[in-house]
Parts: sequence; structure tokens; C-alpha cells
Amino acid sequence: MDATPRTTPRKSATFDDYSLSEIRRAAASGIYDIRGGGAKRKVPHFDDLLFLGASMSRYPLEGYREKCATDVWLGTRFAEKPIHLKIPITIAGMSFGSLSAQAKESLGRGASQVGTSTTTGDGGMTEEERQNSTILVYQLLPSRYGMNPDDLRRADAIEIVIGQGAKPGGGGMLLGQKISDRVAEMRTLPKGIDQRSACRHPDWTGPDDLEIKIQELREITDWQTPIYIKVGASRPYYDTALAIKAGADVVVLDGMQGGTAATQEVFIEHVGLPILGAIRPAVQALQDLDMHRKVQLIVSGGIRNGADVAKALALGADAASIGTAALVAIGDNDPALEEEYQKLGTTAGAYDDWHEGQDPAGINTQDPALSARLDPLLGGRRLANYLSVMTLEAQTIARACGKSHVHNLEPEDLVALTVEAAAMAKVPLAGTDWVPGAKSHE
Amino acid sequence: MPDIDLSVTPLRELNRTLHNLTPETNERHWVIEHPAGRHAIAAGLQVPITVEINGPVGYYCAGMNKLATVLVHGSAGVGVAENMMSGFVHVSGNASQAAGATGRGGLLRIDGNASSRCGISMKGIDIVVQGSVGHMSAFMAQTGNLVVFGDAGDALGDSIYEARLFVRGTVKSLGADCIEKEMRDEHKVTVHDMLKKAGFDGEVDPSEFKRYGSARTLYNFNVDHAGEY
Repeated sequence: MDATPRTTPRKSATFDDYSLSEIRRAAASGIYDIRGGGAKRKVPHFDDLLFLGASMSRYPLEGYREKCATDVWLGTRFAEKPIHLKIPITIAGMSFGSLSAQAKESLGRGASQVGTSTTTGDGGMTEEERQNSTILVYQLLPSRYGMNPDDLRRADAIEIVIGQGAKPGGGGMLLGQKISDRVAEMRTLPKGIDQRSACRHPDWTGPDDLEIKIQELREITDWQTPIYIKVGASRPYYDTALAIKAGADVVVLDGMQGGTAATQEVFIEHVGLPILGAIRPAVQALQDLDMHRKVQLIVSGGIRNGADVAKALALGADAASIGTAALVAIGDNDPALEEEYQKLGTTAGAYDDWHEGQDPAGINTQDPALSARLDPLLGGRRLANYLSVMTLEAQTIARACGKSHVHNLEPEDLVALTVEAAAMAKVPLAGTDWVPGAKSHE
Repeated sequence: MPDIDLSVTPLRELNRTLHNLTPETNERHWVIEHPAGRHAIAAGLQVPITVEINGPVGYYCAGMNKLATVLVHGSAGVGVAENMMSGFVHVSGNASQAAGATGRGGLLRIDGNASSRCGISMKGIDIVVQGSVGHMSAFMAQTGNLVVFGDAGDALGDSIYEARLFVRGTVKSLGADCIEKEMRDEHKVTVHDMLKKAGFDGEVDPSEFKRYGSARTLYNFNVDHAGEY
């Protein structure tokens, strides 16, 4: 009898279960994996930062008495009608087409209740979202689906989309299952075809041309409307500097955790920076050009709570933007729908096949029966509640740090828990005065 | 007839004045002197007036035009009549890149050549080019008609959707999923009607044009076509 003990079965850390399943999936299908959402891998994030709070040398504000303002002005550089938000959190661009009309209405209602903006997406502006959004940002995307001067003029701001965090360098994607009659008409495309929108703008190339494009948009809107430039986080210092040079009023910077309606998994997980590593270089560009707070910075990608908002602002942003979190607030990936997620071969919290249009929550779909499940009044209320909570949380932290406005938070209020986060956020590792990578004069 | 000298009047003032015109205005014919290649001249017009520009214009002249007639007596820079909704834009000289880009309606006539990306991502506009068009023209063109009297450069109609392309001269190469198609009588009528609207009445024989359009093989992703992309 062989009594030699056997080692326990050991799986490879490199060839882990997910990697093996992807190899099998690829071998069986011959096509890359497409999904929605943002990066799911663990990357350095706001959780790796802590606020120091007031102490002997800093004076806190009373939590329930002393004022801590949260309002934000956007577009003060050139626009005759800048935007004034009551809270420093906006709703990121998400298209009708990718989202149901009910989801868009929910976003509009929720944002409007708390005095902030929503954003259109790669499908043009719908009447419902204009009606339900007090402040609506109209995206100018490479595809130009539905683009027209009337919507341009009735927008409260224009956002020129260069890229997004989930896929810097990639265009939109809406697969045939979601191209309903209405979506097809808005995009001037045949029904049921895979719609892969362009990744480059059709009528300008490079920042010098973009400057002229912005001039055209300003002429068409008689210089009334703020113009944002949205970039996916990749080269944030140069992208921000070039956006300023091109004449932007506002720069929107989206990290790799930011969601998309659909793209290749390999794109989402392997291209672009986590937002934590992108904010300081962008702020540096603003400061180097003496434009910090003159050109506003909105950051997004993985914002979940008021602490994330406060940390983004402390690093120098003027506002934070949410997409995925807003969808969760109105019902996306709700465990109450677990049975239906199981039928789709997934589980609540992991559902990301948004491109297939079968979302049981009625959000990422164009199916009339599924969409009808989402009550826009309730969805709007839930989003408003959530935005209020985030704002209260950010205020709580700001008061604890002695700030009478959330914009007064600063890097000096922060330390990092990891060397990586310390290097990216350019704040000291907790308990030390070590900022990895900082030059001695910094 | 208002006569605006852009060497004196700021562009912003001109455009704002034109935007503030109502459909009932009796100032229906405007003449603009000394455009000197300025950008975004007469962009965003929205009433049926005529604007004549005596000289060359820069980028995005007549951008997003609605209803108006814009006559450029000279050459045009990048993106002339980009995203035009309706109306008529006529360039007597050459046009730079992306002429009529993403246009959703109306008619763009160019008497000279148009550079690369003419009609890129067009969504319903009709474009007539008396000369030739450069490479990547009608890239991702969705609907509308592009008529070219001369030649077309490389990759005509790459990733085209339902737009129709009519070229009288040679096509250097066709882009992905763009093929030559039969020029049936209905297409000759389309070309004839477009040319008539553009001011060519009977001078050009529509049957001299060849038609190009989508093979529709890339409409839904098929791994066996991956090499085409």
C-alpha cells in the first residue's frame, strides 16, 4: 500500500477559474467577450485614502449647525450662462438606446429634485429627458446620432466626448437586440443591426481643429452655453492641458472603473487609468496653466459614496459624476431579482450583459415589457435620496476637516493606506511624511 | 439687402444677428464681404434666407444649417455644411476635408474638388461634387446620396450603411463592405432629380454614373468576417 501523502489539489494563480472560463468561452465562440460596466479588477481607489480630520491644529465645524456649502458653478470661463448646481455630483452621459426611456426619465427626475444635471448619450436627446431634467448636458459624440442645432440650443451645456474611461480610444457599441424602431430612427440606422459608432470625430482631428470646432459650437449657441470636453483617463496631464488650450469651460475625466453600455471585456480591463491615478495630473495641468477653478474639473469612474466624492474634491476636482451608481440606485442588479438573474446565467451584483437588452430591472433594455417594470417616479425618488445621502456624507467629512465649503477640502487633508495610492494621489503614506515619487521640492 | 463687411463687423455679431432673424423677416438676402477664411461663418442659420459670401471661408461655414441658402463664392475649409439639416449650400471653389459631414438633410453643391472624408457619416444629406473627392469619402455613411462627377480616392464608402454613392469617374478603391451595385432606372431618376435641384438641368447624363453601396455583410458581427474590419 502506497502511504505517500498527496499534496492538496492546487489551482494556478495565473490560470485562475475566470481565466480558464474565458479561454473556454473564446474557444467555443470565436469572438471576444462583450459586456457592460467598468473595470471589475481591483485597482488602487479612493478606499486607499483616509481623511485626517480636525485635531489640535485644525478646527472642525459643528455637524448639524454650521454651514458647509456644496454648490458648484460650471462653465464660468467663456459661457454667458454658466451652470449652477446645488450639489457637487452630476449624472454621467448614458444614452437612450442603451438605457430605457423609463431609466432616462428616472435619472432626470432624481437629479432635478436635488438640483444637479443629467447628460444625454450616444443617441441624441429625447423629449422625455429634456422635460424631466432641469439641467441637461447634451453630448456631441463622434457618431453625431440625432445631433441637431435645436437640441444644441436647448441644452444647458454641451459635452464634447473624446473618450470614456471604460474604453479610451473606443467608439460606442449598441448591438442589434437593442436597436428598436425608436432607437433606429433616432440614429438613422436600419433596425436590428449592430451599431458600432465611430471612435474619432468626423469633422476635426487633433486639438487645433477642436479649438475651431468649439468656436463653431459657441457661434451656433451665441456663446451662451458652457462647453465641456470629456476624456477617458489615459494621459490626463496632456489631455487636460490640450482641452484647456482648445477652449473648454469644463474638463470631464473618466477613470477605467466608469461604466459603458457595451464593449469588449479586454478593452474595459486593460486600457486606461483608474481615476485615482488621473486626478492629480489633471489638476497639475490646470494649475500650470493658471486655470484651476477657472476651468472646472469633473471626475468619474467608481464613485460610490460621499467619501469618494469628498476625496475627489480634496484632490482638486470641482465635482464628481456617477453612472453605474445611479443605475444601482434606481434598481440595477437588485438582489430582489435574483431568480431572474439566475435564468440569465448570472447573479445579482454581477449582471453585466447589458448589451443583450434583457435587463430584468428594466434599465438596460429596449424591451417594452421589461422597461415598464421601472417606475420613473420611484426611480427618480430613489436617485434623489441617494444623491442627498452622498452629499450629506461629503459634508460630514468636510465639516470634520473644518471646511465651510466642500471645495475647501485639499490634498493636505488626506493620507494614503498603500504606497501605490500615496504615489497616485501624491499624499503621504499614513503615519509617514513619504510621498512616493515626489521630488524633494514638492 | 444688408451688406456686412467682416473686416469691420465682428463674426460673433454677424452670426448673432442672423440667428435672431425670424421666418417673417424681410431681410432675406445678405451679402458678406471679406470673409478672409474666418471660421463658422453663417453657422447655425435657421430661417429661409440667402447669405452670399464673397471670398474664401474657413472651417464649418454654414454648419448645422437649417432652411437657409448659403452661397460661397470661393473655397471652403474643413466641414462646410457639417451636420446640415436642410437648405442649400453652394461652394463655387474647392472644399476641404469632411464636407457635408454627418449632414442630415439639405443639398450641398461643390463646384471644385472635395478633399478626404467628403460626406463622412452622412445621415440624409445630398452632396454633389463637380470635381473629385478624396480618400475615405462617405466613411460610415448612413443615408443620403453622394454624386461625384470626377474620381473618388481610396476606401470609398468604408463601413457604409444605407447611403448611395454615384461616381462618374474612377474609384481608386472601395472600403470595407462597399460594393458596386446595379444602376437601375430608379437610381438614374435619383441622380437626375438631385442634379436638377443642384442647378444642372439636363447637362449631365445620369447613366454615366456607377452606383456604390453597402454589401450589408458587416451589419451583424460574424467572426468569419473579422478580417474585413
